[in-house]
Amino acid sequence: MNKRVEVLKTYKLYIGGKFSRTESGRYFKLEDKKGHTVANLCQSSRKDFRNSVVVARKAQIAWEERSAYNKGQILYRIAENLEGRKSELADLISAERKLDKKKADEEVNDAIDTFLYFAGWTDKYQAIFSSVNPVASSHFNFSILEALGVVSSIMGPDNNFQQLAALISAAIAGGNTLITLVPAELSLSAMTLAEVIHHSDVPAGVVNILTGFEDELLEHMAGHMDVNALLYWGDKKETVIKIRELSESNLKRSVFWPTEKNRARSPYSIYDLQEIKTTWHPIEQIGGATSAY
Amino acid sequence: MTKTDSFSLKFNDGWKYDPAPESIDHISIAEQYGLFINGEFVNSEGSKYFKTINPSNGDTLSKISEANKKDVDKAVDAAKAAFKSWSKMDPSDRAKYIFRIARMIQERAREFAVIESLDGGKPIRESRDIDIPLAAAHFFYYAGWADKLEYAFPGKNTKPIGVAAQIIPWNFPLLMAAWKIAPALACGNTVVLKPAETTPLTALKLAEIIKDSGLPKGVVNIVTGAGKTGSYLVEHPDVDKIAFTGSTEVGKLIRRATAETNKKLTLELGGKAANIIFEDAPIDQAIEGIINGIFFNQGHVCCAGSRLLVQESVLDEVSKKLKARLESLIVGDPLDKNTDVGAINSEAQLEKINSYIQVGKKEGLEMFQSNSKVPSKGFFCKPTLFFNVAQSSRLAKEEIFGPVLAIQSFRTVDEAIEKANNTPYGLSAGVWTDKGSKAFNMSSKLKAGVIWANTYNKFDPTSPFGGYKESGFGREGGVHGLKEYLILENQEG
Repeated sequence: MNKRVEVLKTYKLYIGGKFSRTESGRYFKLEDKKGHTVANLCQSSRKDFRNSVVVARKAQIAWEERSAYNKGQILYRIAENLEGRKSELADLISAERKLDKKKADEEVNDAIDTFLYFAGWTDKYQAIFSSVNPVASSHFNFSILEALGVVSSIMGPDNNFQQLAALISAAIAGGNTLITLVPAELSLSAMTLAEVIHHSDVPAGVVNILTGFEDELLEHMAGHMDVNALLYWGDKKETVIKIRELSESNLKRSVFWPTEKNRARSPYSIYDLQEIKTTWHPIEQIGGATSAY
Repeated sequence: MTKTDSFSLKFNDGWKYDPAPESIDHISIAEQYGLFINGEFVNSEGSKYFKTINPSNGDTLSKISEANKKDVDKAVDAAKAAFKSWSKMDPSDRAKYIFRIARMIQERAREFAVIESLDGGKPIRESRDIDIPLAAAHFFYYAGWADKLEYAFPGKNTKPIGVAAQIIPWNFPLLMAAWKIAPALACGNTVVLKPAETTPLTALKLAEIIKDSGLPKGVVNIVTGAGKTGSYLVEHPDVDKIAFTGSTEVGKLIRRATAETNKKLTLELGGKAANIIFEDAPIDQAIEGIINGIFFNQGHVCCAGSRLLVQESVLDEVSKKLKARLESLIVGDPLDKNTDVGAINSEAQLEKINSYIQVGKKEGLEMFQSNSKVPSKGFFCKPTLFFNVAQSSRLAKEEIFGPVLAIQSFRTVDEAIEKANNTPYGLSAGVWTDKGSKAFNMSSKLKAGVIWANTYNKFDPTSPFGGYKESGFGREGGVHGLKEYLILENQEG
């Protein structure tokens, strides 16, 4: 019996709810241990990033305005759909990071549980971090968390699949839209995760995933004027400095998460990508009575 | 013509206010001030001095030390040494010292209010009723947090950061010092504070209180000087945290200057807030809100409502009433209790404001200023309105930091949101409407850190303050303000 010839997959980018090749037409190779080509990956260009910002900006307000309940269900849907593609993802992770299958299995399970974990936070983090402030004057005053807006992020070669899940969850659970640049070591799993996200009722533009090189895109990402924050999940000192320097352009928030043993499974990961908004309103005073808040 | 259009009150002929100046007998200002380092007033190593003047008449109030690099080194060293014991002190004891400072400010409130108005030019009514009481309230509020930090951030252990360098502006001198020092101390940090060069006096008077309070030496150090002194402080390697309030331009410089370090940074920067008046607003109250929004503290307010957006259907009414209200504003001696608008803080600032008024004139905009008299001596600027300001005008885009209001109109809610958010700033915004659902809708759509609905320019120690976008990052006030002065660590287990 002849051995069946496999159908190989073309890996593209995920921008604005579409799987498209890089506009630059460039590629780079992911190889296995023996040096065989596993895939030709898209080498994202600055223009790919700019295009992603445009769609992410367009999608942001509507996503933020989805109810917390709805955002939670969508994150839950991602977890559900990932469950069915566990073994495929584990295979891809062991291929891209040369990891043994058991470890890869654990990582995928952890990632699924991470989506689930954040699905449960969408309608709770506000209650943990917001406040009603007892001001001395007759006003009702409260502070709530609000999404930063368009968040971009760079993941390093030491990040794993669970961390990618945590990053995406934390960003979108809080109403942000996200553009994340992943290295070759996360490319196959990330682009497959994009397929899952695509089929989990996540609106187009909310999550955008690019493959490519940090060195090439860093300055452009840190300097972009319509990005509200840049999260770097890595430990390269030069990258951290560069981001701080270039974030000066529009004072975008720079958020740094260390790689080591950081699963980011915490509502503080959501908080890191939020603004605090405080609202005042007078309370009518009748007969000298003031507010009791 | 409606009934209300048929007459207007004339405030400037016939009805005169007698002068009601606050006495300056009970205050003491030294002829010369040293730097407050390690619990003592010491002379600057460089022996250089600059004058601080009364902007309402140009008189010299005192000579102030210009701290050089050596002075800043000494101050940071003192703060670093003091951190060891201050950060480990029983938090309840830490609280007691901060409570003492709050009480002593209250005890000396009158003196502080007068000096604040003398040195900075703000009306005594404002320094007496707002700046000084709020400064005391900030210390009182944060004192209470010192031994309760474990309740502030669930699931986290908290740790102080270290030495905080704090650089503050001239518009709310004592209040900004309180906003910075109080949370820093409550969280167990030590401080080197640099007040603005035109308004150093109340910070130096605060140093007297700090000394009297028995606060351990070196926990708070105050160095005076201008930008150069500030940059020594920012660049000092032993500084762990920088809190800056000032212009966006300088804030960006600090962001860049500290890029290679792990100094924690909070920036409270400029603004160009929209104050939005809907047709269903209580118009008379809104007029008061507009006036308070832009002319409070001569418009030297980062969150000033400097862009007025009025719904087209009520534009005529609002414009007319605003003009009438402007006529009744008294511009003059900051120490006079009847004064509404005091002196511009400095000659340089007055020139800057006047240059913007020229911009408006050159653009051919309709301008309105009241007929009220302005003192011939000192730095004064008449409250000024510009009508039909285009979104592209510099008056609508740039922070003027003075009593100049750019008025624009809109038709729909969406247009108001679009125009209000069309700025790189995002510190504050105002909304005036009688419809609760509209107020909440606006509050959620406006990209700004503080939203005042049917009110404006209100502040409280329990209420976080700070901006979106290029208005900076971090919050001051409330539980959220603590975060800027703590390291949050994951709990074990």
